[in-house]
Amino acid sequence: MQPLVCPSGTLPSLFSAEGFAGIIFLLTVFLVISGAVIAVVSKRLVRAVAGLAVCFTGLAGVYYFLLSPFVAMMQMLIYVGAVSILIAFGIMMATPEDKITPDNKYLSKLIGPLAGSVGALFFAGFSLLAVKTDWQVFPEHAAADGSIKAVGMTLLTTHSMVFELISIVLLLAIIGALVLARRGRN
Amino acid sequence: MDTSIWRPILYLIGIMVFAGLNAAYLGWCERKGAGRIQRRTGPMEAGYEGLLQPLADGIKLLTKQLLVPSGADGILFRVAPVLAMIPAITSLVVIPFSENIQARAMELSVLLLFAIASIAMMAVLLGGWASGNKYSVISAARAVSQNLAYEIPMLLTVICIVMISGSMNLRDIAMDQQGGFWHWNIFRLDNFHFLYMWVAFIIFFICSIAETNRAPFDMAEAESELVAGFMTEYSSMGFGLFMMGEYLNIVVGACLTTTLFLGGWDCPFGMFPGVWWFIIKIYILIFTFIWIRWTYPRTQIYKLLNLSWKILIPFSLVNVLLTAFFIKVF
Repeated sequence: MQPLVCPSGTLPSLFSAEGFAGIIFLLTVFLVISGAVIAVVSKRLVRAVAGLAVCFTGLAGVYYFLLSPFVAMMQMLIYVGAVSILIAFGIMMATPEDKITPDNKYLSKLIGPLAGSVGALFFAGFSLLAVKTDWQVFPEHAAADGSIKAVGMTLLTTHSMVFELISIVLLLAIIGALVLARRGRN
Repeated sequence: MDTSIWRPILYLIGIMVFAGLNAAYLGWCERKGAGRIQRRTGPMEAGYEGLLQPLADGIKLLTKQLLVPSGADGILFRVAPVLAMIPAITSLVVIPFSENIQARAMELSVLLLFAIASIAMMAVLLGGWASGNKYSVISAARAVSQNLAYEIPMLLTVICIVMISGSMNLRDIAMDQQGGFWHWNIFRLDNFHFLYMWVAFIIFFICSIAETNRAPFDMAEAESELVAGFMTEYSSMGFGLFMMGEYLNIVVGACLTTTLFLGGWDCPFGMFPGVWWFIIKIYILIFTFIWIRWTYPRTQIYKLLNLSWKILIPFSLVNVLLTAFFIKVF
């Protein structure tokens, strides 16, 4: 994969490859933001999960633009294909009547400003970080093409600690599921 | 960019035409096949042997009203059929029909197919829930538990193939199997892969029937229990899109099986190379889908889940171990 880079200060033509890629990037960003807003604002839980799935799809697009197609595919496979679906499944099974939960006025008045200020703080921090950091246009380590061989090599050499930790997490999850499932029977 | 602007446009049109014709005429094929298996003739009125039947069905579906039931969630109800079509058409982009006919030879195309397929599951779930109908919700829950259960053995058998070929690129996997049927992954002679790869093929084929929600695994639309499952409330083109999505998923499943196990566009005896071998193979597989649907009765949801978790997953895990063993030892 080659990065699409323009000389700074110039805008690419709308009908060139760079311009088209830019439009698609804006679309993915729109997906992330609108999905997140739907997930937070929506009163019906299943709609919120659908918004979450849209947000995850957009994030996969952002990963693709960051030259890591493998992470993008995994984002789709795991977060859209498993996590969102399991959440929706749980909601459908647990609340068949689809009650619209009434707002708790006092609680929302308390939590709203708090969440807003925390969000603003994070946004300011990340913006500052993005502006201050001396970005390299195309860092060396991203040059690995995201092929299965490159991913396997890095996973078992540079990031082998993460690999081992994931196996422990999975083992714990399996044991936890067994314990929870067995408890109901006896 | 050195590539011409016409290439993506032509591929877009070609894929849409291929998808549309298949979605329309597989319905005809299925009705003909069902008719012949049940000693009937199938559609005969519209055109010679009912060949204009898909056109008539299409006009009928387009002129009908799209009803949204009063208890339904309007937005999700309308979005779900569209979501059912997206993965089916997107998947065709990475399918290598021949050495030179492939829209995009992506490095991770196998992974892309499975990643995109998760949207179809979301469509069934949202469509069933948004209908506001108990039958639809039960059907959606069944479909999702079934698809999740069968995705695991399917991915495990795909891992065997990726280990043998050393690539996730469908084109590379197909190129690796060129030169006669003894190079195909199902009968592969080198490293003695033929000893167990046929088991992987059977597991993969069973999983692809289950993933496309076809009989004998069509628990999601069991007419005798659930009316029409998640499609109960859909009329007009909403129903039409779900049906088209189902047929296109069959096409994609057949293409994937052909590419992974049956050598892609390779001729069994090394003669007349070309795209037609791919087409012949996928239509033989699609015929098998129809054949199985109309000759086997529906199973129960419990037996279906037991089959996946208790038989297919252990077998596919053993297959992965055997693949690693044979690659390392021989």
